[in-house]
Amino acid sequence: MSIAAAAVTSQAAPALALDRVTCAFADRSGAGRYIAVRDATLAVGAGEFVSVVGPTGCGKSTLLNVAAGLLAPSSGEVRVDGARLAGINARAGYMFQAEALMPWRSALANVTAGLEFHGVPRAESTARAHDWLRRVGLTGFEDRYPHQLSGGMRKRVALAQTLILDPEILLMDEPFSALDIQTRQLMENELLDLWSADRKSVLFITHDLDEAIALSDRVIVLSAGPETHPLGEFTIDLPRPRDVAEIRVSPRFVELHEAIWRVLKSEVLKGYAQGKR
Amino acid sequence: MPKASADLRLSRAQLALYQALLVGGLFAFWYLMTEPILISEASAKNTAFFFGKPLGVLKVVIDWFVSGKIYPHLAITLWETLLAFAIGSVLGLGVGLWLALSPTASALAEPYITAMNAMPRVILAPIFAVWFGLGVLSKVALGVTLVFFIVFFNVYQGVKEVSPVVLANVRMLGASKAQLLRHIYLPSATSWVFSSLHTSVGMAFVGAVVGEYLGSAKGVGYLILQAEGVFDINTVIAGIVVLTIFALLLDFIVTRIENKLLVWRPKTAETETL
Repeated sequence: MSIAAAAVTSQAAPALALDRVTCAFADRSGAGRYIAVRDATLAVGAGEFVSVVGPTGCGKSTLLNVAAGLLAPSSGEVRVDGARLAGINARAGYMFQAEALMPWRSALANVTAGLEFHGVPRAESTARAHDWLRRVGLTGFEDRYPHQLSGGMRKRVALAQTLILDPEILLMDEPFSALDIQTRQLMENELLDLWSADRKSVLFITHDLDEAIALSDRVIVLSAGPETHPLGEFTIDLPRPRDVAEIRVSPRFVELHEAIWRVLKSEVLKGYAQGKR
Repeated sequence: MPKASADLRLSRAQLALYQALLVGGLFAFWYLMTEPILISEASAKNTAFFFGKPLGVLKVVIDWFVSGKIYPHLAITLWETLLAFAIGSVLGLGVGLWLALSPTASALAEPYITAMNAMPRVILAPIFAVWFGLGVLSKVALGVTLVFFIVFFNVYQGVKEVSPVVLANVRMLGASKAQLLRHIYLPSATSWVFSSLHTSVGMAFVGAVVGEYLGSAKGVGYLILQAEGVFDINTVIAGIVVLTIFALLLDFIVTRIENKLLVWRPKTAETETL
C-alpha cells in the first residue's frame, strides 16, 4: 500500500517544483546581504496554468529565474519532473518581460534561432518558423527586424520563438505588461488558445490580479519583499474555454478577485510603503 | 542633414548653390591674393610662395592624373590604408572579444591598454621604420596601432553592452558557449565596429600618409615630402587635395557598406513608402 502510494506520488511529481528556495544577494553597499526570496515552495502540475501575483519589486522575477536555471538559489532546490535541476532548465521556455529578441535578426530568423541552436536543418526550421509565425498571426512580417514591428508584434514573435521548441514548461514573466489593454487581452486570449491546444505547464508571473485569475487554474499570492514567500493559494474554478474580457464580469470571477485581493492588498500597501521610503 | 536644411529654410538646390558659392569665393579670394591683379607684383609673389596658386595647384593635379604619375603613389597609399585597416580591425575584434569575455585577462591587461591608448602613437613611426624598413610594412604597422585601439574599445564596449535579457533568452533557447559567441557577441560587437568604421578607416589613412611623410620611397605622403623639400607649395597643396578627395571617397564607400550591413538598426523616423 505504502509502496504503491510512493509509486503514484513519484509518477505524479509536479512538472516544476521549487522547494524551500532562498535567494540572497550582496547588499548594494556590499556590507550585508539582501534576501530577496526566503523559503519559497511552490509547484506547477503537468498541464497546469499557475499564476504568481505579488506587489511590484517582490522578487517574482527572481523566482522565475531560479525556475529557469538562470539563477542558482542560495539554498533549496528546483525539481523538474522530480529530477533536481542543475544549470539551465532545458525543458522550459522563458518569455521575458523586457525585449529579448535579437535586434540583428529578422522575425523569421529570431523564431528559427532555437531550432538552429539545436542543430535542426535550415529547411525544416524555416518551414516550422513560417508555421509558427502564421499561428501567431504574423504572416507577411517574416523579414521585418524587431524595430520595425510594434510592441504587440514583438511579443508574438517572442511567443513563437519560445513555443517553436515545444517546451514542456512555459515560464512567463509579465510578458504582456508593456502592451496596451486591448492588445493585451488579444494576446491573453491567443495564449489561452495555444495553451489549450497542447497543455503545457505554465508558471505565469504578473502583478495584475485580473490577468492572473482570467488565465489560471491556480493563483499564488506572494508577500511583499524582501524575504518574499508564498502567502496563499487559490484554485480558480472558472470554466474553460475562457474569454479573458468576458470572464471578468462573471460573478465567480468577482468573488475570487475579492478573496485574493483581501490577501494581496496588505502586501501591496507594504510594498508601496517600502517603495516610498 | 535634411533636418538642418529645413531649419534654415533652404531647399536642397539653394543649399548646394550656397555651398558652391562658399568654396568658389574662397578660391576667388585665394586667386586674387596670389596674382598681381589687385595687389602689387612683389606682394603677390610673396603670398604665392607661402600659399601657392589655385591654378598652379589645379595644373599639378591634372598633370598627375593625365601623365599617370600619381597612380603608383596613390595605389601604395591606398594599399597601406587597406592593410592597416584590415589587420587593425581583425586584431581589435579578436583582442576585444577575448578581453571582454575573460574577466581575468581584462583585469590583467587594463592598465597597459589604457597606457598604450594614451601614448601618442605617431611617435612610434621612427621605430617602425627601423623595424620594418622604409617600405609598406612600417606604414601598415603605424596604421594598425591607430586602428587597433578604436576597434578594440568599440568591440569591448559592444560585448559589455549586450542586453542581459537577450543573453538570458538565447541561453534559454539552448545556445552553447560557442553559439553565444557566434550569434550574440559577434553581431553585437560588429555593429559597434561598423559604427566606428568612419573613424578607423580615417585613422588607417592617417597612419599611411604620416608614415610616408616621415620616411618612404613611394606614396602620396612621399610626394608631399619631396615637394616640401624644394618649397614647391603648389605640389604640396595638390597632394593635400588628392588625399582629401580620396578620404571622402573612402568615407563614401564606408557609408554604403554600413547601410548594407546594418539594415537591422533602427533609423530615426522610419516610414514605409506606399
